[in-house]
Amino acid sequence: MSNIPPELKYTASHEWIRTEEDGSLTVGITEHAQGLLGDMVFVELPDIGDEFEAEQDCAVVESVKAASDIYCPIEGEIIAVNEDLEDSPELINVNSYHEGWLFRIQPLKAEHVDNLMNAEDYAELVESEAH
Amino acid sequence: MPYIPHTSNDLVQMLRTIGVDSIEDLFDEIPKDLRSKLQNIPLGQSEMAVQQQLFAKSLQDGTPLCFAGGGAYEHYIPAALWEIATRGEFYSAYTPYQAEASQGTLQVIYEYQSMIASLTAMDVSNASLYDGASGLAEAVLMAVRANRKAKSKRILMPESVSPVYRQVVETIVKNQGITLELVPYNQRTGTIQVEQLDAQLSKPDDAFAALIIPQPNYFGSLEEVHQLTDWAHRHKALVIAQVNPISLALLEAPGNWGEHGADIAVGEAQALGIPLSSGGPYIGFLACKQKLVRQLPGRIVGRTVDLEGKTGFTLTLQAREQHIRRSKATSNICTNQGLMATAVTLYLAFLGRDGLQKVATTCALNTQTLMHLLEQNSDLSFPFGQGVFHEFVIQLPVSIDKVLSYLAQEDIVGGIDVSPRKSSTEQKNWLLICVTETKTEEELQFFADTLRSICQQISREESS
Repeated sequence: MSNIPPELKYTASHEWIRTEEDGSLTVGITEHAQGLLGDMVFVELPDIGDEFEAEQDCAVVESVKAASDIYCPIEGEIIAVNEDLEDSPELINVNSYHEGWLFRIQPLKAEHVDNLMNAEDYAELVESEAH
Repeated sequence: MPYIPHTSNDLVQMLRTIGVDSIEDLFDEIPKDLRSKLQNIPLGQSEMAVQQQLFAKSLQDGTPLCFAGGGAYEHYIPAALWEIATRGEFYSAYTPYQAEASQGTLQVIYEYQSMIASLTAMDVSNASLYDGASGLAEAVLMAVRANRKAKSKRILMPESVSPVYRQVVETIVKNQGITLELVPYNQRTGTIQVEQLDAQLSKPDDAFAALIIPQPNYFGSLEEVHQLTDWAHRHKALVIAQVNPISLALLEAPGNWGEHGADIAVGEAQALGIPLSSGGPYIGFLACKQKLVRQLPGRIVGRTVDLEGKTGFTLTLQAREQHIRRSKATSNICTNQGLMATAVTLYLAFLGRDGLQKVATTCALNTQTLMHLLEQNSDLSFPFGQGVFHEFVIQLPVSIDKVLSYLAQEDIVGGIDVSPRKSSTEQKNWLLICVTETKTEEELQFFADTLRSICQQISREESS
């Protein structure tokens, strides 16, 4: 069973979301997702200032096996991206919850976070997908 | 692979298995009025009878003296080329890519890519595309995906790009929300001018994804590629260079245009060892800067090492191809022209750098020779400047249709009618003439003389 930190929120498309002190959200892909994709070779990130709706594709992570879309978990504006991934996409494999974060987004409405999955539900989803 | 025909017994069995009465019933889905009207197809004839009929027909083609270009060019093909390309190891409708079984094929493609990259001064080339026109469409799609700064789906498309290419690009990209904005050429030079481009932008920071620069352009004229490239880059747009590969032996390679070089180079590679053969199969080449490699559609072969450290070749960067990324692939309409790419590789290998330069130089010299001969004919005029590679436009004093048909009677294919507006007196009877290394001085003189006498004859007929 992969690591699913209890303090984070999740999506069914395997993104994790951490609420920062300033109310912004940091987004990445779960350890489970990076395990499925394999060795990362390239990451295409959005630009700062880009605005997305919930579930709109906003980034691409490319592994040796596939190039997969990353869906924006919540409606809002991109305020930071992890530029280290440009030269070191493998950071996602090393630690997808810390050095491997993708971008930070300022949500349009803070309460939208409540619509996201909690760790327990996500663990159940991962479990059910395994069968 | 053996050819296995269906016996009538096979047909009956197959139809019974799927529960259908006749083959005709399988086409029920297609409305009757859309089905082929071909009926009463005669029974087959013997091989010898067919051979004789086809041979008789082929004689009707004759061996005309050809001055038509416009994107497809007659060049001498070394006799050894197709002898090698049609060997069993290469001659296949399907390119085998399995690295464990196809090191030879993969190495040929890798050599092809290296040659195209070197010819265009680009970092990376794909394994080839269908043809130059669909290649240009792929370049447009690539530029729109790649130019994330501009976030624009607008492409500046000069009217000096071949009308056939423009039509193909339009067909492929129009339903993807991409706008092709036509840029008129300067009436005096036949080329694109920076002033015209400036005027095209409604405001100075008007965004567009890319500018296409044809070199030489459809009229054979040479564009100011350095100036145009820098102009596009100043506006944060990408530059798509649509080039003739033979001309690159003399002209500046796209990778060296302007301060930073073009971003994508694309074109038709038929001129490199592939016969005209009624328009196909041809081959498109597509190369780009390293930073755009993940947007480069199609197959790419890379060189690597195996577990024992031995050099080997394999497909690479496949994660965005259609068999993996499905509808979100970089392209769902492209493939590699493996056999044609083999021919191109052989052509470039046979000629080498010096040989290619000789071919290009002879094309250019022969073209200048014919232009001088035609200048002596005061009935003809040159609408544009004379900075050309191996094609140029002349304006005829009489009906171009008549001229071309009278020339055909002398077994000469005189060129292509490129009159932009047949109704206007200024822009009609424009003939695009191409001269390659295949023409002798006598043939050029013969063409000039024949053209003069035919124009005089038509003029007499029209006035009487």
